[in-house]
Amino acid sequence: MQMSTESVGQNRILPSHSKSLLRGNRFRKQLMPWLFIAPITLLHLMVVVGPSLSGAYYSLTEWSGIGDAEFVGLQNFQELFFEDRNFRIAFQHNIYWLAFFVTVPFIVALAVATLLAQVRRGAMAMRTAFFVPYVLPSVVAAFIWKMLYNPQLGIGAVLANIGIPGLDHAYLGDKDTALGAIMFADNWHWWGFLMILFLTAMQNIPMDLYDAAKIDGANRWQEFRHVTLPGIRPTLLFMLMMTAIWSFLGFDYVWILTQGGPAGSSELLATYLYKQAFQRFEAGYGAAIGITISIIAGIIATTFAVLRKRGWEV
Amino acid sequence: MLRRKGKVNLTPNYIILLLLTVFSLGPMVVLVFNSIKNNLELGKNPLGLPSQIYMENFAEAWIQGGFATTMTNSLIFVVGTVAGVLILGGMAAYSLARLDPPGGSGYMVYMLTLSTLPFWLYVIPLFILWRNLGLLNSRPGLMIIYIALNSPFAIFLLRSYLISLPRDFEDAARVDGANEWQVMSRVVLPIMWPGFLTVGLVVALAIWGEFQVALIFLHDDALLPVTTSYYNFQQRFGRNWALTSAGAVMMIVPVLVIFLALQRRFVDGLTQGGLKL
Repeated sequence: MQMSTESVGQNRILPSHSKSLLRGNRFRKQLMPWLFIAPITLLHLMVVVGPSLSGAYYSLTEWSGIGDAEFVGLQNFQELFFEDRNFRIAFQHNIYWLAFFVTVPFIVALAVATLLAQVRRGAMAMRTAFFVPYVLPSVVAAFIWKMLYNPQLGIGAVLANIGIPGLDHAYLGDKDTALGAIMFADNWHWWGFLMILFLTAMQNIPMDLYDAAKIDGANRWQEFRHVTLPGIRPTLLFMLMMTAIWSFLGFDYVWILTQGGPAGSSELLATYLYKQAFQRFEAGYGAAIGITISIIAGIIATTFAVLRKRGWEV
Repeated sequence: MLRRKGKVNLTPNYIILLLLTVFSLGPMVVLVFNSIKNNLELGKNPLGLPSQIYMENFAEAWIQGGFATTMTNSLIFVVGTVAGVLILGGMAAYSLARLDPPGGSGYMVYMLTLSTLPFWLYVIPLFILWRNLGLLNSRPGLMIIYIALNSPFAIFLLRSYLISLPRDFEDAARVDGANEWQVMSRVVLPIMWPGFLTVGLVVALAIWGEFQVALIFLHDDALLPVTTSYYNFQQRFGRNWALTSAGAVMMIVPVLVIFLALQRRFVDGLTQGGLKL
């Protein structure tokens, strides 16, 4: 983040003899700038800040969303962590989600960005091709994969027809494969964006670093390891942090493809929260799930902030 | 640019890259193929080229899926949100970049912190608040949420764009006696267009495809945006893939046209918005 330091030292010397000018100046310099900022800030306070604070309160209550909330202390959390098996399973799925999304897309995106940075002909077209799925609405991307996964009409069925059996499986209807299939579909639309970020970062690495590496006799892997990787490290680490946080917020693809099923086998914290709050009217309990998600996100962000302070030598 | 000077064999690169191109585009090609088959053929030939083009799917999906209504709704959400974000976010960005508000850097930290608050933290109380204010199930209600949620990104991007522009014209206008509002609207606004276009594009595509907020805050069929309504449409016509594929194609055509036409600006906006925080 770049902060503006331009205000420092400006207008220190004011004409002290003219009081009205001083007042006008003070208005111009101190209050008026905030009038420009106020409208969006009020909106933001109303939509995000206020509800966040009351969310923290409601997580300590038993509440249907209508009428008075009954204060119950930490009971919701006790129930979540020690009694609610569905919550624990959803939590576990978010951990799988995290493990998948901090590895697979990153490896693919890094590899492809490296390969793409070396070619010239067709590079722009391929860049576009990899990025296009990212701009699709989630309902469309998910629908496409619903078709492709279909056991009678999807890829598996077509392969079986031409003599490659065993893949015509109801991936989304099977407890063992639903979550994996959803992650794969989500990643189909996601990795290209990550790749573009890496590619952009790679293109900002000075060419002489590569020349120097070459003079030192580095091979392609050493070049990648000692020039490319350090060069894109800020981007890489920032995206790892954001991915880790986003892994606990995931909703769209699960909701559209399976609604958390079959039998809770693809439930995530967010879909579980949605069901509790908006289908079963357990607003207090839902708020407690929301707080849990936020605490995890906070821990991840803090961890990265601490690491960054220590110089990122991870 | 990262390019090697010596001769390197690029064949493996091309093989892998082309395979991945097929992986990225293949599913979309299948979608388009299926949208122009009739269901009978789709049953026999689910992924391949259609043997004859069957355009009736589009007309039928348009009517059955209520696309006239839902696309209009989505367009209203897109235009309203983009306008709100650009006007309100632009004003804040202008002030932060140019008017040196006391405490401005603290405000940036505030925005940064709050823009990372998870949606799931505040969605339930927000829902209750919206119900009490009568904003549930209303266009302005959803738009206010969209504007608030997209504003941090807009403020960051527009502010850094403004900082990159010279202040000379503004100072000249002030010397000539223009007030701050005039400086902003007559001098700064005209040179801000590239920044506005970038932010507008990113926000527009995000709102066109937005699903979870609309799912929670809008239930009235007449107000649904194209995403949640398409979700219902697809549940209703689950087995009629030709029809639902045609619906999906209609929904992504505007996105693809705009994206391909303004790709560079869009990608710039996303990479900056994501990383220059």
